[in-house]
Amino acid sequence: MNKKQKKTLLRIIVAAILLAVCQLWPTPLPFPSIFLFLIPYFIIGWDILWKAIRNIANGQVFDENFLMAIATVGALAIGECPEAVFVMLFYQVGELFQNVAVGRSRQSIAALMDIRPEEANVERDGVVETVDPEEVAVGETIVIKPGERVPIDGVVLEGASTLNTAALTGESLPRDVTEGDDVISGCVNLSGLLRVRTTKAFEDSTVAKILDLVENSTTKKAKAEQFITRFARYYTPAVVIGAVLLAVLPPLLGGGEWSKWFEQALIFLVISCPCALVISVPLTFFGGIGGCSKAGILVKGSNYLEALARAEIVVFDKTGTLTQGVFNVTAIHPDKCPESRLLELAALAESWSNHPIARSLRDAWNQEIDDSRVGNVAEIAGRGVKADVDDVTIYVGNDKLMEDCGVSWHPCHHVGTTVHVAAQGEYLGHIVISDAVKPDAKQAIADLKRSGVRKTVMLTGDAQEVGKAVGAELGLDEVHAQLLPADKVERVEALLTEKAPKGVLVFVGDGINDAPVLSRADVGVAMGALGSDAAIEAADVVLMDDKPSKLSQAIAMARKTLRIANQNIVFALAVKAVFLLMGIFGVANMWEATFADVGVSVIAILNATRALKIDKNI
Amino acid sequence: MKKKFKLIDLDCANCAAKMEDAINKIDGVTAATVSFIQQRLTIEADDGRFDDIMAQVVKVCKKVEPDCTIVL
Repeated sequence: MNKKQKKTLLRIIVAAILLAVCQLWPTPLPFPSIFLFLIPYFIIGWDILWKAIRNIANGQVFDENFLMAIATVGALAIGECPEAVFVMLFYQVGELFQNVAVGRSRQSIAALMDIRPEEANVERDGVVETVDPEEVAVGETIVIKPGERVPIDGVVLEGASTLNTAALTGESLPRDVTEGDDVISGCVNLSGLLRVRTTKAFEDSTVAKILDLVENSTTKKAKAEQFITRFARYYTPAVVIGAVLLAVLPPLLGGGEWSKWFEQALIFLVISCPCALVISVPLTFFGGIGGCSKAGILVKGSNYLEALARAEIVVFDKTGTLTQGVFNVTAIHPDKCPESRLLELAALAESWSNHPIARSLRDAWNQEIDDSRVGNVAEIAGRGVKADVDDVTIYVGNDKLMEDCGVSWHPCHHVGTTVHVAAQGEYLGHIVISDAVKPDAKQAIADLKRSGVRKTVMLTGDAQEVGKAVGAELGLDEVHAQLLPADKVERVEALLTEKAPKGVLVFVGDGINDAPVLSRADVGVAMGALGSDAAIEAADVVLMDDKPSKLSQAIAMARKTLRIANQNIVFALAVKAVFLLMGIFGVANMWEATFADVGVSVIAILNATRALKIDKNI
Repeated sequence: MKKKFKLIDLDCANCAAKMEDAINKIDGVTAATVSFIQQRLTIEADDGRFDDIMAQVVKVCKKVEPDCTIVL
C-alpha cells in the first residue's frame, strides 16, 4: 500500500468508528441526528464530493464521483442518514481494494518484464565508469561482471563465461561464450568476467527492442477491448437517462411517492458504473501478454493474442522450424567394419574439406584429427573426396564416385544424403546425413491437434521424398515440397480460402527469407528469434527460442486470456443487469448497489490477474 | 515524433480512456494512447509544434483528471 492508500484506510477506520458511535448514541439529541451523521459523512466523503463539484465545473458530468455524490446527498435529503454514510464508506473500501489490487497486478506484470539493464560499466581511458546504458556509444568497451545483466549487444573481447538466457527465452538454457562470440543484451552473465565491445547502441539492442515491443503491444487492441471502449461511450449516458426516467415517470403516472422513486433512481445510478469492465478487460489482455513474454513468447498486440486463440490451420516452414536446419549423421551402415571405424575413416578423409557434409562427419566423430595420418587429399568436385588415411587410399563420396572407381555399392532406405566409403576398391558401407527433426516437433504437432487445430501443413523447398518422410514422421496433414519462396505465398493464399470465416491461419517460420509469407498469414510467428532483428520485425508473434512446442503453449495461453476476458465481460454485465432490474423494481438497497459497483470490479480484477500465470501443461 | 511520458496518480481506467479521447482530439496529434496499466502516455505528434502540443495535452488532462500529473 502506498501513502495515499494508507491515508484512505485511516479515514475509513475513523469514519466507521464514528458511524457506529452515532448509531448507538444512547440519549435523544437536542438537535436532528443528521448533524451527528454529517461528521463521519464528511470525513469519509469530502474528497468524492469535491471531485464531483470540480469535475462538473470542468464539464465532466457523468463519472463515479458524481454518481456517488448525488446518491448519498439524495439519501441524506430523504433522511436515510446512516445509509448515506455507509454507502460512502463501502464505496471507499471498494475503491481502496480496487486500487491495491490493480497496483499489485501492475507490479507483477512490470516484474515479469524486468529485463531492463539499469547500468553499464564502461571502460573509458583505462577507468571503469558506471553509466546509464543509453550513454554508451557503439564501439566502446564494457565490462560485465558475474551476476550482472548484459546491457548492450556486443562481441566478447576478452574472457569466457556462461550466459543465462532465461529472461529472453523463458528457458534457462546456459549459453557458453568466449572471445569473438556475440553476446545478446538481456542475458545474465553467470560465471566469468567479460570485456565486450559494443556493436549496437542501447536503443537498437535486443533488450530495448523486446521491451519496446511488449510495451507497445497494448496499442493494438483486441476486439473485446474495442467493444468495451465503445460500450462505455453509450452506456453511461444511457443509464443516466434511464435513472431520470425512473425518478420522474412513475410518480407522474401516479405510481407513488416522489421520494421513493428518487431513491430508487439513485440506487440505479450507483449500480450502473461501468468500471469493472473498463479496468478488468484490458488488464486481462496485458496480463496475458506479460505471462507470454515471461515464457519467451512475445506477442505484439492483444489482437494477435485473440487471433491465436482461434487458430484453425497452422502452416510450418520445414528447415529451421520443424527440423534443426543443421546436417547431422543420422545413420551409419557399415558392410564390413565396426560403425566407429567407418565414421573415423570418413571423418579423417574429409578432414581438410569445408563442405557442410564434411563438417557434420567430423562433428559426429568428435575426436581430435591427427593430421599426420592423412595425406594426398584430392577433392573431386560433385563426387567427394579421395585421400590416403594410414597409407590406405580411401574414397568418400556419392554414388557417382563409387561408379567412377568401380566399386559395387548399394543404396540406403534412409532419407537423406548418403555418403559411401570405399577402401582399395572394396565397399565398406555408407553414412546417412540428414537434417534432423527437432526433438519436440512431433509432440508439438500432436499438442496442436489436441488443442483443436484442424489442419497442420508443412511447406518446404526440399525434395519431395525428404518432405514426405518428415511429414509422415511428424504426423502432418499436408506436405507441399519443392516450393520456391513465391510458391509458399501462393500456397498460403490457397489455404486462406479454405478456412472457416472465423478461423485463423498461423504461419510459423524462422524469420529468414519468409517475411512475405509471415505478413500474408493472419498471424505470422517467427521462431528462434534470439539475436535476429529481422525476425522480430517481420512477425506478429515471436518465439524467442527455437522450440515448435512453444506454439501450442502460446495458443493455450491465448485461449486462457480470452476465456478470462469473456468471463469478466459476462460476469460484470450479468451482475449489473440483475441488480439494475432489482433497482427498477425496488428490491435492491443502497448496500447491494454499492456491491454491484465495487465488489464486481474487485472480483473481475482478481480474475484478470490469473492471466499472468504461465501454463506449462495445455 | 513519438514520445512516452510517465503518468502519476492515474487512478481510474475510465479517466484514462477519457484522457486518451481528449488528447487525440488536439490538433497536430497523430496518435495517442493512455495506458492505465502502465501509467504511461504514448504520443505521436508534429515535430515542429511538439512543445506547444504538449502544453495543450497537460491542460486537457488537468481538465479531465485533475489528480493525474504528466511527468515531462
